[in-house]
Amino acid sequence: MNIGWNRPAIRRDPGLTMGSDHDHPGDHHHPGTEEDITLSQPARRLLAMEELLVEKGVIGADDVRRVMDVIAARSPVDGARVVARAWMDPAFKLRLLEDPRAALAEVGYPPVSGSKLAVVENTERVHHLVVCSLCSCYPTSLLGPPPDWYKSFAYRSRAVVDPRGVMREFGLEFGEGVEVRVVDSAADLRYMVLPLRPEGTEGMAEEELVALVTRDSLVGVGVPNQPAVNP
Amino acid sequence: MRVLESMVDTHHRTPGYIKGRVGRVEALSGSFYDPEDRAYGGSGLPKRELYLIEFGMLSLWGLRYRGGEEDKLLVDIYEHWLEPAGDPAGPRVDHGF
Repeated sequence: MNIGWNRPAIRRDPGLTMGSDHDHPGDHHHPGTEEDITLSQPARRLLAMEELLVEKGVIGADDVRRVMDVIAARSPVDGARVVARAWMDPAFKLRLLEDPRAALAEVGYPPVSGSKLAVVENTERVHHLVVCSLCSCYPTSLLGPPPDWYKSFAYRSRAVVDPRGVMREFGLEFGEGVEVRVVDSAADLRYMVLPLRPEGTEGMAEEELVALVTRDSLVGVGVPNQPAVNP
Repeated sequence: MRVLESMVDTHHRTPGYIKGRVGRVEALSGSFYDPEDRAYGGSGLPKRELYLIEFGMLSLWGLRYRGGEEDKLLVDIYEHWLEPAGDPAGPRVDHGF
């Protein structure tokens, strides 16, 4: 569940607590309280649980915010940096595939939370597509929050049944000579795709390669951009 | 290996569409606190082995599958959800999709 993202900064507003300090016989208006009303039921339950956990001393008041700050600061560009490094450095690529946690720490991405990251490599013959059919598991600790479509019921249910149809809708089509491998990250691992390095990028610098790697290519519904052709 | 057909209504991480289906072990994914125990406040111990199981798309979906014969589906399944497949022609559930 991702109801925690983009939470309004009103947690300590007394008006947020379930019972207001007075009943509402009339329809008079409290300025500044509109946001409270728009909070969904699950969001309110989440905040209540979080406050209980803090109150009982299970977590510190800052723990949730700190982890969310780290995740919110991450973006697909971080994944792109890791990919570009793997393209440039075959030894790093091997370490990334075999022990992603250590490889990521090596390039400045220490582990954030419990989930273990796994990296699957695309080649000319094999293409991976990542989905979480049960919820919306995603390598948030490296790529930041997932795109909305990744969490949609349509994507989650169709990707495991008709991956080629789904990819076609994203503008991606493979012949039968390519094996499509759908990874359903239903349990404790979070999967990221190491996309195939585009042709014609041999002489490019690492920073130029980073710019070619799209978020979609890290999930497998896309491939990296082609480099601009010099006239 | 065959994925157990068990229908439980408590928290578990085994997608319904591969229950009862037969796949092969592609990799060991490590051992983790048991999510079915942790979901209800338990310690998650003993840790459970997680296996990456590979299923052929055609064997999962039959001729309704629109793709290559080599296409695969990979899912991490906990050890206590797996049993030896034995006779590959054994009972198999048709989910009727």
